Amino acid sequence: MINLELPTALSNVEATMRNIGLSLFRPISRKYDKQEHDTPVELEVMRRGASSDPRNKKDSKRDPSEKRTNQNGRAMQAVLTTEALCYGDVGLLLSIPGQGLGNAAIGAAATEEQKERFGQCYASMAITEPASGSDSGSISTTARLDGEEWVLNGEKIFVTAGQRCDTVVVWATLDKNAGKAAIKSFVVPKGTPGMELVGLEHKLGIRASDTATIRFDNCRIPKANILGSPEVKTGDKKGGFGKVMQTFDNTRPGVASMSIGVSRAALDLTYEILKAESGFELSFDKPLWDSSALEAEFYRMEADYEAARLLVLRAAWMADNGHPNSMEASMCKAKAGRVGNAITLRCVELCGSVGYSEAQLLEKFARDSKILDIFEGTQQIQQLIVARRLLNKSSAELK
Amino acid sequence: MRSRLNGRAPNTVSLFASGLASPVGHSAADFGYRRRVTQDANLLFDITLTDEQAMMRDTVRKFTATQIRPHIRKADEAARAPDGFYAKSAELGFNMVQLADELGGMGAPRSPVSNMLLAEDLAHGDMALAIGALSSLSFINAVLDNGTDAQQKALLPAFASESFVAASVALMEPSTRFDPNKLKTRAQKTSDGYTLKGEKCLVPIADLADLMLVIADLDGVPSAFVVKKGAAGMSLVTEEFMGLRPLSLSRVTLDNVKVAANDKLGSDDKPFNLERLVDLARIGLGALTVGTGQAVLDYVTLYCNDRVAFGEPISHRQSVAFMIADIAIELDALRLLTYKAAGRAEQGLPFHREAFLVRVQAAEKGMKIGTDGVQLLGGHGFIREHPVELWYRNLRAIALLEGAVVI
Repeated sequence: MINLELPTALSNVEATMRNIGLSLFRPISRKYDKQEHDTPVELEVMRRGASSDPRNKKDSKRDPSEKRTNQNGRAMQAVLTTEALCYGDVGLLLSIPGQGLGNAAIGAAATEEQKERFGQCYASMAITEPASGSDSGSISTTARLDGEEWVLNGEKIFVTAGQRCDTVVVWATLDKNAGKAAIKSFVVPKGTPGMELVGLEHKLGIRASDTATIRFDNCRIPKANILGSPEVKTGDKKGGFGKVMQTFDNTRPGVASMSIGVSRAALDLTYEILKAESGFELSFDKPLWDSSALEAEFYRMEADYEAARLLVLRAAWMADNGHPNSMEASMCKAKAGRVGNAITLRCVELCGSVGYSEAQLLEKFARDSKILDIFEGTQQIQQLIVARRLLNKSSAELK
Repeated sequence: MRSRLNGRAPNTVSLFASGLASPVGHSAADFGYRRRVTQDANLLFDITLTDEQAMMRDTVRKFTATQIRPHIRKADEAARAPDGFYAKSAELGFNMVQLADELGGMGAPRSPVSNMLLAEDLAHGDMALAIGALSSLSFINAVLDNGTDAQQKALLPAFASESFVAASVALMEPSTRFDPNKLKTRAQKTSDGYTLKGEKCLVPIADLADLMLVIADLDGVPSAFVVKKGAAGMSLVTEEFMGLRPLSLSRVTLDNVKVAANDKLGSDDKPFNLERLVDLARIGLGALTVGTGQAVLDYVTLYCNDRVAFGEPISHRQSVAFMIADIAIELDALRLLTYKAAGRAEQGLPFHREAFLVRVQAAEKGMKIGTDGVQLLGGHGFIREHPVELWYRNLRAIALLEGAVVI
């Protein structure tokens, strides 16, 4: 039955997380925007094992013979949590101790033995290289097996939480000539000789989140630290690279929900400012062209916001119900990414000098939102994924 | 409109007395509609159709593919529906589904969601014919939502049939920026009823309609009056527009048309609710846009894979492929927005804001999809051999229509 309202259980999650976002994140939003590389110690209260990260929880096993009923589970809970916390602050969400992107990879691909060893760590994910961005199949960091150890060599950039984490999940190739099938991920604990934190980036936004460059120079890790199989199977989309890329089907709605959260924050703050100044209110009643330009723009933003949010919820709902959602995950990321950026930028404009001022957070929201249309796959990568699926084209045909 | 509604005394019997908080604004209890009240705070988020809806969808899609799509060009050129089209559409039975057993209907609950899906699927065939086929249902829904029991018994049994009975809702008026809150058509109370004076436009299948629901202002209160075919003082002129041509849209002039006292829909206890009618129709516009937009997407997907330029299908170019991806993304976004609003209407939750946003999004994204559809076919898109120019013309109407399909 078509019902796009949230059940009470999920509304409650949303409300609780919104409170945390507002009471814990928002008051220190500006502080860590200014103190770019300081660790937000206030978030230590949120540290918990990765095992309690909702992204790593599986819904309780269902008896396959049982008739499947509609589920609103972990995936929906995760996007709503992310959205609500990002209403507080996007950069701080990315700085919650124990909840790096690497934790999601470990949760998805680790063996029981590995979960035992790495389950409680704070793991970042190192994929991007100076010469390899969206084209993650082209990475050049290498992993070579030497006896009972892997030897890693290469340089990784844009590692979120690369400084604050205690573990890094590194993507490296076993054979540069074997293409994507040879790309594997490895768990490297901090302090392993040969791994060096080279520096931290100074960014446009999400400054509360540290973004590191990490170099691997003959960095040796145990053989058992590879996630998944060490075999290089060409043409196997299920294992290896395809499997790793599937991680993004789960994380893309998450990033999209960050965009939804910061959009709502910008819209609400803009209403608040305009209302205090001139009693501005939306009537939802006049024809669009009899509304003021300001009001009309709000209607368009609200419509885009709601529509983008529903795409995110759909992608998560599909995940909860076992439907493949690769295209829908990209759709929601594309729409939420561009809408979030447009809304936050417009809100600065609508509030004029007040919006542009650091006395308010609108200018910060507009800086933070930009990355959400870039990481976890840019707008254009999402369009490419959607287009290939719709048009039934391979990556060789539709480049 | 809103302030008037909020000023109305709430119904004495609350359906939400069980401890659940009553939703803000109108609750299901505010209206005496006979309909499913499924509002349940534990209801899960869900995008699947009920079994009945899935069956209906299957039937309607077959109908659309055989009885609508092959005829759209001819119908557009001739500016009239294919012969026998409305009779065939009535055989689908949707006019009688929601009518109670005692009215001769099938007794299913009032379902804006099912009606929305119907509008989407018919519009996938043709927006104009969808509006025409659903014109009687709009009238029926307005009577179900606003009519007294006596009025329902008098007006609705005629529709409990698989033969076509034409009716329509006359809301729009010929002005720029038509505003349903500022009706120029006036009703005046007389000793034995009312007289209506004014001009309506874009009235669907007015030339066929046996019954027309004329929305007019009665001393500052929006009201609805049932006017029968051939009423003295009522005249029709069919007008031609940029699109929606098979619909025979009429200008209706009401020159002191007399109606009886009981032709005014509703009662003092249950006054006519214009906001609900307009809002349901705005969700209907969303559904029409989604159906038409899906037709565009399906067509350009095939065309761009087929069309070769510079030695390969044009869909191999990102500038082409991304445009198609964006059509799909915006279309699904609008679809979900529309489903959400319809779901709220069905559950008796407030849906005024949601319906407004559906219209805003449908107007903007629908036209974008329409113009991109033509663009993707290049010069061929501009030629009347392909349907994309027809969809372009029809989609232009979304931003200005009101009251077209009351779901």
